Amino acid sequence: MGRDQLAFVRKHMLPEAPPPATQTGAVKWLRENLFSSPGNALLTIVSAYVVFQIIVSTAPWFINGVWESPSLTACREILEGKMGGCFAVLTERWNQLLFGFKYPSELYWRPGLAFLLLFIAAAPVLFGKVFPRKMLIFTGLYPFIAYWLIWGGSLLVPVFALLGVLVGAFVYSRMVTVNAGIAVIVAFVAALVFWILSGYVTAPMENVMAIEAVASRDMGGFMINLMLGVVCVSLSLPLGILLALGRQSSMPIIKWICVVFIEFIRGVPLITLLFVANVVLAYFLPPGTNFDLILRVIIMITMFSSAYIAEVIRGGLAALPRGQYEAADSLGLDYAQAMQLIILPQALKISIPGIVNVAVGLFKDTTLVSVISMFDIVGMIRGPILASSEWNGVYWELFGFACVLFFITCYGISQYSQWLERQLRTDHR
Amino acid sequence: MAAQTQMNISDQVAVEITKMNKWYGAFHVLRDIDLTVYQGERIVIAGPSGSGKSTLIRCINALEEHQKGKITVDGTLLSNDLKNIDKIRSEVGMVFQHFNLFPHLTIMENCTLAPIWVRKTPKREAEEVAMHFLEKVKIPEQAHKYPGQLSGGQQQRVAIARSLCMRPRIMLFDEPTSALDPEMISEVLDTMIQLAEEGMTMLCVTHEMGFARKVANRVIFMDQGQIVEQNEPEEFFNNPQSDRTKLFLSQILGH
Repeated sequence: MGRDQLAFVRKHMLPEAPPPATQTGAVKWLRENLFSSPGNALLTIVSAYVVFQIIVSTAPWFINGVWESPSLTACREILEGKMGGCFAVLTERWNQLLFGFKYPSELYWRPGLAFLLLFIAAAPVLFGKVFPRKMLIFTGLYPFIAYWLIWGGSLLVPVFALLGVLVGAFVYSRMVTVNAGIAVIVAFVAALVFWILSGYVTAPMENVMAIEAVASRDMGGFMINLMLGVVCVSLSLPLGILLALGRQSSMPIIKWICVVFIEFIRGVPLITLLFVANVVLAYFLPPGTNFDLILRVIIMITMFSSAYIAEVIRGGLAALPRGQYEAADSLGLDYAQAMQLIILPQALKISIPGIVNVAVGLFKDTTLVSVISMFDIVGMIRGPILASSEWNGVYWELFGFACVLFFITCYGISQYSQWLERQLRTDHR
Repeated sequence: MAAQTQMNISDQVAVEITKMNKWYGAFHVLRDIDLTVYQGERIVIAGPSGSGKSTLIRCINALEEHQKGKITVDGTLLSNDLKNIDKIRSEVGMVFQHFNLFPHLTIMENCTLAPIWVRKTPKREAEEVAMHFLEKVKIPEQAHKYPGQLSGGQQQRVAIARSLCMRPRIMLFDEPTSALDPEMISEVLDTMIQLAEEGMTMLCVTHEMGFARKVANRVIFMDQGQIVEQNEPEEFFNNPQSDRTKLFLSQILGH
């Protein structure tokens, strides 16, 4: 190539052209993904054989399954030695698996209704763009409605609990201009004082506007797992945010309270905290006080998971460039506004996978309460059902059912979180 | 043009800095800074990196804390009182090297956020104001996109519009063109020139000496945390007095 040929001037700009046409479809997909090389083809065939064997060997267990039978012996007679599952235990003990063995059966509709209302309450939080914002009012009232439905008793109890929250919110709104961290603490103390005082008001009026009360010890089944899961996740998320922000605080007292709390709670096993809730806590309370066991467990699990969530959110906060804080500051936003409008929306978005990880783990850990003799779904299976003379020895069907319930819930949470991440993606990478 | 813009400068003091000192730990970043900025002045601050020029303007809206001396902005003394700081910040606009737009909000939301939450402007009104300034920086059609969809030059112009929406009396520019591709620098500078012509009080940290010649009525040269030389641009560029200034100018204008 001669030196004179280096000079070049383009006369026409090239138009945009489509990419080369490639064949698409099932055949191409198969060839690329399953049979791209001899080794790959061999692997595909072996895996297909293994999958086939698993299906063939387990299918009869499902197909021959017995759905109606009063006991395991009767079930085995129906099967006549064939392989098959005794799913009858699920139909026969269905209510016990869901509600426990002491919840009054004529009141099953109450937790059932609370469960249905949960979807209405959660909808505007989970799908804010689809549902009107006004539905959030119902979401705010839902915890008190659900409490009343499940536990029953006087309507005054949830009403005063709600008033306590409002008192706290009022105090916070008054204090927040002074200092956000102190405002949170003072508001919490104000609400607590209100609740303790209101206890004296509601105690003598047990029967005012009351529906039949159900004691905490009478509750059980998957209902307990759901209750603990929903309550603890929804409480530990805001608490975790506060702890994460507190850990970054420039006020040493707030910072050290948060650091000590997080490090201590993360450093001990959940099961020991549950034992503390069950046994030890009673020693510290004045004699005669009836501090509800479920409430104690909720406090412990919430503390536990909020410590984890706080650390996940701290990671999200650390991932934000300093420029975001500076831009918020330079526009004159105060601390609470900067956090609420600029920092947390971004930090929480980054933290979604971690938060969901904690939430799913928390939900499954609710089965640990069976160890402190609460009859959640695992407690029910291991206790009243397997111990009964009718169903002694039915393991696969029962624990399989528990697995299915948990899997459906956790997979749902996971799918939702992935959808949410796609919704919130605005960086167009 | 110089003569015409000269007239816009009033006797009113916008920023008054006296004997201001700042340390990062033991490192003495700013040493005895004395600076008076009059309303309508356009000041360009130049100097080698690490000379403290960014730190100086970041002290003016309290993004950095100073340890000694006084800063008065628009008559308000900068102290540790959070109310004072927030008041000053809402009067002083700031444009950053890396734009620092809020990536989770649309361009419109970026511009209306502070007016709505800090100034308590009704949403409709804030949006009208935002649209006005977006038109001014020539990107009204991008209002409903997200920052990530815009080019660097466009993002920086949005950042300028976002500051203007707060109707600031003083604008601080912290190397606004340093993170831009060369072909986008001029669109941002044009916006800044337009702003200067309207009489905005501006303090710009920049390496764009062409901009300084054209727009500034005072150029300040800083080195090692001190103001080494300040003068009108003509004098500053054609007849620098200090050796450091001469060296700096020869390096920056050398080729």
